Amino acid sequence: MPSSVMPTSNEGAHPSPTAVSAIGLRKSYGDKVVLDGIDLRIPAGSVFALLGPNGAGKTTAVKILSTLITADAGEMQVAGHDLATAPQAVRAAIGVTGQFSAVDGLITGEENMLLMADLHHLPKGEGRRVTAELLERFDLVEAAKKPASTYSGGMKRRLDIAMTLVGNPRIIFLDEPTTGLDPRSRHNMWGIIRGLVSDGVTVLLTTQYLEEADELADRIAVLNDGKIAAEGSADELKRLIPGGHVRLRFTDPAAYQTAAAALREVTRDDESLALQIPSDGSQRELRSILDWLDSAGIEADELTVHTPDLDDVFFALTSSTTQPKETVR
Amino acid sequence: MSALTLAVRDTNTMLRRNLLHARRYPSLTLNLLLTPVMLLLVFVYIFGDTMSAGIGGGGADRSEYIAYIVPGLLLMTIGSTTVGTAVSFANDMAEGIIARFRTMAIHRGSVITGHVIGSVLQSVMSVVFVGAVAVAIGFRSTDATLLEWLAAFGLLTLFALALTWIAVGIGLVSPNAEAASNNAMPLILLPLFSSAFVPVDSMPGWFRPVAEYQPFTPAIETLRGLLLGTEIGHNGWLTIGWCVGLTVLGYFWSTAKFSGDPKN
Repeated sequence: MPSSVMPTSNEGAHPSPTAVSAIGLRKSYGDKVVLDGIDLRIPAGSVFALLGPNGAGKTTAVKILSTLITADAGEMQVAGHDLATAPQAVRAAIGVTGQFSAVDGLITGEENMLLMADLHHLPKGEGRRVTAELLERFDLVEAAKKPASTYSGGMKRRLDIAMTLVGNPRIIFLDEPTTGLDPRSRHNMWGIIRGLVSDGVTVLLTTQYLEEADELADRIAVLNDGKIAAEGSADELKRLIPGGHVRLRFTDPAAYQTAAAALREVTRDDESLALQIPSDGSQRELRSILDWLDSAGIEADELTVHTPDLDDVFFALTSSTTQPKETVR
Repeated sequence: MSALTLAVRDTNTMLRRNLLHARRYPSLTLNLLLTPVMLLLVFVYIFGDTMSAGIGGGGADRSEYIAYIVPGLLLMTIGSTTVGTAVSFANDMAEGIIARFRTMAIHRGSVITGHVIGSVLQSVMSVVFVGAVAVAIGFRSTDATLLEWLAAFGLLTLFALALTWIAVGIGLVSPNAEAASNNAMPLILLPLFSSAFVPVDSMPGWFRPVAEYQPFTPAIETLRGLLLGTEIGHNGWLTIGWCVGLTVLGYFWSTAKFSGDPKN
């Protein structure tokens, strides 16, 4: 397969050249601001997830970065090419699988693949070879001669990604790749995405599933109301918000009572004889808690560290904080 | 690869996609062919006697009326198949595959030009089919030379090209297939207000200028002149003017619409 031109990946001196970058990206439709100045930097070879609820602007961001629509403002580069001045060069480096399947339903799966091969100007023989290879890889050989409109949701999505891969793109945009898929197809798709990453491809994916971002992404940006509410690795994001704690469990009720009396800032769970001490789960805090327990002469039977999961983070970051609080009467 | 080679290659790919659609799903084209063929048979075999009497001033027989309406029906066939173009283009634009094309490093115009060439080919094939039906029921050219036959063929192709570009524009601005079909109605209705079925000078005076200068009438009169040896006069230039004008208008309209941000 011919390798696509991507100048950034040739600068071996830098450990992780930037595959996609955006500064101050803005887009409005009429009065409605969809993207309100977002900044992104995606290192080559990594998986970046844009996580957000419906209507947060994820799809708009992908449409702009994949040259489908134009931004109102912002400086954007993809594969080292400026989006505004060299969209064709950007297009040559990327592959896009949109939220709604981008297959031609009137022709067969195989014809769809050959169409892509022709549009990438592959020689006939090579086009056939790549088509056969990808149909095999995505388990579509049996359905290859049937019209794509007769495919199931999961099959359409697989064909969609197979078509995206025909040109061997180095940067792939996946807009909600698993929305509407059943659990088996979803896990299938995750496997496919992991496979892409192991080939060194850069992936920007959008999702509304936290589990998905946690599973696949190196870095996650939480998009809410057209702004990036937080960005980091899944673990960094989890540490951002309160809710983490150290849980001490006792078997001896007397020891439990002593400890509860000695430790003031705790949440008691009398039924299971457990105490919760707020903590961000960092090593430093853990040590100070342990020192404190030692000096107070408390020995718990079980100690566990709980960090918030992405759900906690997501709800904390995306719940609207502008609503006036109701006064308690 | 030079820009031109790229354009030709991508257009060729898009044309093959378009023809594949037409071959896989011929029902739309066949449905649209039904209208001109039905009208031909109805006007000849059901209204034929009255119509013949009307145009011939009383003494004409039916074959003279066949000769009269066939040129109009051939052009109406083009109008009818281009309604199909508007519909299939609107359908296509609603498909995700077009969004994919827009994110690929292909020649942008090829998506439209491939469609246009495919549609013109279909129009010409439809005209040949309706022409064959006409010959089967007794249509004969009186004195057309080879050159006149070629000119007639060229005229039909040029007319198909012009209406196809307009139909593509209609398809692009229509949100869905139903809207495209409605918006393209004039393409199939205009022939009814032309000299296709009755001569313009038999129409009420206030309506004559409309009938005389709309695109179909000059094209019909020119085609009649070429195939049947009637007077062409200024209609030849008028036809070429209309065809070139509509092609240029449709081309700029469609490409401007297509190169902007797609509808959401």
